[in-house]
Amino acid sequence: MVSGSRVKQAGWPPVLASKMRFMLLFSRQGKLRLQKWYTATAERDKKKMVRELMQVVLARKPKMCSFLEWRDLKIVYKRYASLYFCCAVEEQDNELITLEVIHRFVELLDKYFGSVCELDIIFNFEKAYFILDEFLMGGEIQDTSKKSVLKAIEQADLLQEEDESPRSVLEEMGLA
Amino acid sequence: MSDVVEKTLSALPSLLSLDSQAGAGKLSPSSKLGNLIKGITELTSKHEEERLIKKELESIKEQVASPNTTMRQMKEIMVRAIYCEMLGYQASFSYIHAIKLAQQGSVLEKRVGYLAVSLFLNETDEFLLLLVNTVLKDLQSTNLIEVCMALTVVSQMFPKDMIPAILPVVEEKLTHPKEIIRRKAVLALYKFYLIAPNQVQHIHSKFRKALCDKDPGVMTASLHIYLQLIKENPESYKDLTGSMVTILRQVVGGKLPLDFNYHSVPAPWLQIQLLRILAYLGKEDQGTSEMMYDVLEESLRRAEMNHNITYAILFECVKTIYTVHPKSQLLEKAAECIGNFVLSPKINLKYLGLKALTYVVQQDANLALPHQMTIIECLDHSDVIIKRETLELLFRITNAQNVTVIVEKMLEFLRLTYNVWFIQTMNSVFSLGGDVMQPDIPNNFLRLLAEGVDNVEDRQLRLFAVDSYVSLLQGETAKLPQRFLQVISWVLGEYSYLREEESDPGSVMRLLARLLDQRHTSTETRSWVLGAMTKLCSSPVYSGSLNTVLRQKAQELMILSQDTKLRARVLPAEDSSLSFLDGYVSEALAAGAAPYKSPHQRQEDLVQEKALSLEPYGLSLPVSLSSCSITDRRSPTLLSMSSGLSGNSTELSHQEGSTTLKLEGVKRVWGKDGYLAQQQSAGETPTPLVELPSPLLSPQSPPSQTQKPSSGLEPDQEKRQLASSLFVGLGSHNSVCLVRFPSTVWLFIKHCQSANQSNVVKALFKPLPLLLPVPLTVSTGDYGKMWLSFSHDLKQNLQLVTTEHQEPLTATLDALKGKLHLHVVDIIGSEGIVACRLLQGPGQGQPCLLHCRVHADSLAVWLRSPVPELPDSLLYHCQKALTET
Repeated sequence: MVSGSRVKQAGWPPVLASKMRFMLLFSRQGKLRLQKWYTATAERDKKKMVRELMQVVLARKPKMCSFLEWRDLKIVYKRYASLYFCCAVEEQDNELITLEVIHRFVELLDKYFGSVCELDIIFNFEKAYFILDEFLMGGEIQDTSKKSVLKAIEQADLLQEEDESPRSVLEEMGLA
Repeated sequence: MSDVVEKTLSALPSLLSLDSQAGAGKLSPSSKLGNLIKGITELTSKHEEERLIKKELESIKEQVASPNTTMRQMKEIMVRAIYCEMLGYQASFSYIHAIKLAQQGSVLEKRVGYLAVSLFLNETDEFLLLLVNTVLKDLQSTNLIEVCMALTVVSQMFPKDMIPAILPVVEEKLTHPKEIIRRKAVLALYKFYLIAPNQVQHIHSKFRKALCDKDPGVMTASLHIYLQLIKENPESYKDLTGSMVTILRQVVGGKLPLDFNYHSVPAPWLQIQLLRILAYLGKEDQGTSEMMYDVLEESLRRAEMNHNITYAILFECVKTIYTVHPKSQLLEKAAECIGNFVLSPKINLKYLGLKALTYVVQQDANLALPHQMTIIECLDHSDVIIKRETLELLFRITNAQNVTVIVEKMLEFLRLTYNVWFIQTMNSVFSLGGDVMQPDIPNNFLRLLAEGVDNVEDRQLRLFAVDSYVSLLQGETAKLPQRFLQVISWVLGEYSYLREEESDPGSVMRLLARLLDQRHTSTETRSWVLGAMTKLCSSPVYSGSLNTVLRQKAQELMILSQDTKLRARVLPAEDSSLSFLDGYVSEALAAGAAPYKSPHQRQEDLVQEKALSLEPYGLSLPVSLSSCSITDRRSPTLLSMSSGLSGNSTELSHQEGSTTLKLEGVKRVWGKDGYLAQQQSAGETPTPLVELPSPLLSPQSPPSQTQKPSSGLEPDQEKRQLASSLFVGLGSHNSVCLVRFPSTVWLFIKHCQSANQSNVVKALFKPLPLLLPVPLTVSTGDYGKMWLSFSHDLKQNLQLVTTEHQEPLTATLDALKGKLHLHVVDIIGSEGIVACRLLQGPGQGQPCLLHCRVHADSLAVWLRSPVPELPDSLLYHCQKALTET
């Protein structure tokens, strides 16, 4: 075991594809508000993981660091008002950039709902999912520009108001 | 940005009625979903919620089955079904309808249908096959939104086997005029590559086109694929190094559209992705690495704004610099950067700093040295995550000199975090590691059990250990390693009383007796077992038991165990442990021989005989001698019952000169405070003449190891002491040598899950007692007498100091004399005797003697003192003094 060569070779562990495993939003009272799984997980396991993770995160004190090693994953979480945003990434992923992914998502929600609060997300959770899907695709950042994410969402929303004639609206606006 | 305004659920009812409230305009309280949510918030119990949701699900079920339900209504129903699933209630009957909605709905209905599908199903679900045709149709739609939705769902989940069916259409999208479509297509292909790499092999050239796309978003998306490809096979992509460097330089230089800025930092996600790719390309490749040095340096320099996102980039940059072929100038800058992380008051940055250090110390252990004090502080951090990362770091710098301290820290961490798990794990470590383990490990383990305040948690831990050992002993013991048996004996001896009346009090005794009788039990282990039995029969549980018979038996046993003559008379044949002596005892006694002494005492005497001679020792001491020093003198708390016993036996051996045993000379050393009184009331034993300062077995008396450091010691100094013991051996002359044990412990720590974090984390380490020795001037003769009368000792090899014009022994003793103010009594040949006295602290005024002998390249030191903790701490300071020399 005593070897000098091992020491020399050791270095940073390999970077894995920075795939996000899942993202959860839950309230301080432990109510799930949003869940997005990027890897196939059985329903039973999901429930168990959500419950376990909520317990762990809710027990953390405000001044503690935002990262957790949990199972074989790295958990990055941040609390915004009464909501906890919680991402599971690969062990070797960059924790700080994951925090910024969360932050950017919150910014998007805030911009879309106009000073977002937990209630907006409760009542319009499907909208929150649409925004998330436009921002992260298959667990990877798809669009880092706030403007273009929201543009895509709003264009789709426009259809809602003119539900009767979706075709014409689409042709008119395109997606430029 | 404006943080989310906090509105708790309690405010919900009022909010629902206020349309003017921010965000409330989008609420739909009148909708069915709104009613459902509102209904749930008004409930008071989980049971009520269950009932409500059940009702809701039934109504949903009815509605979806009805042929009259329009797609528009279905969309609304699906949202409610998603909500019920999120609350944890199964709505599997709606899955098929979600697919139907995606198939048949208008664009907006389709959108909800796809969403429901992606939330309800995963890529292994057979239902998904029903969606393939719909996806294909939508991919070919002229409606861009439908194309986007299809691409999104494809990258979220798609049956692996069906990829060929849609691949050509997705591929086509790479040349789509709209960048949003191209971007999503690239990500969909990336997903295909991950789940079925062979299927996209033929389109690698198209990836290159995506990399050169005029839209930075598409280019960024293509880097996901390249990161994966380069990671798997860096050699084939070395030609891309130049392009990657150029892209990074442009990004860092702010050449991208402002849209890509994030908090004024240009495209941070892109930067990080590029840095990762460069790390793979430059790893172990000097030529390629040289191409990127400049841009890496520029990245380090540019990322100076004090925002999380710049730290994220810096962290990645440092990582890359340490991965590619090293360039000393860059490494220096990166190390400096790590320093900023470590020193940051922000806890997240500190964590990453520790993490970065953990990696870089593997290349150069000295990098940890500037941060010693921070590391010590983090070791004591209230956040268990920080503490764990610090231990990980310490593990990496473990060497032969600091292994003991570091393992101790790891074990403490384990004990505090996972009690039951810890005992079980240590059981398997002992069972498997057995006798090849360093003696440090059992010692540290026992120390951990014994240390600490006597609170409920500690008791539970000990009780759990006792219980688990009892059940182990009830099984097959032949396979258990001797070391483990010794640990078991000690723990049972010390803590069996915790079992209380829960079980037959004699059962532990019987188990120990069985162990004693077994053939495979070594002599050393037997002496441990005997020690445990002695402790047990004197334990208050038995001797102070309310059961008078039991009490009397225990008392008798205890007295008899100390008074051999009496025992020989009272129990000539029944004393099983002495039966082999029966034939001789009476004869020998009649002939004026010394009375029987237990193996324990005999070993003790053996030690003293050796000590008495003051002759140079033989090269190796008898095995029993070393075992004795483990059982008696070095018992982990330094305060165990058996060490008290050895004190007795010393006295006994003095008295035995007169061959008549004086019963009143036997000290009463065990039991709770109340014990002696009971003993007197029993009227069986004489009043003890000498009382030891503290009741030894008493669970109420904390071991003196936990004594507070004397007031003269500032906390800073403690930390520095700890630092010197943790970072010893990290100097320039020492290469890191990895010691086997920490990795074992560390693996266990790594594997334990953080589920237990709610545990309150106590302050971790206790400082060693402060030691202020002054010279003790004694003659060689006095030294010899004192040596005999001291009962606590310790042996250890120390390193010799070598100088040009002095004998190694003289040089070493001089060094100790100079640093620790010890008095060198005499030097005879290769041996030297040294004496000192303690100025303050727990054993104030008490002497400590050292006997030093040069043995091969080291100095064998034997310390003795009347105070249990003195040898230990003096040894620590000697080690320190010599290391510094």
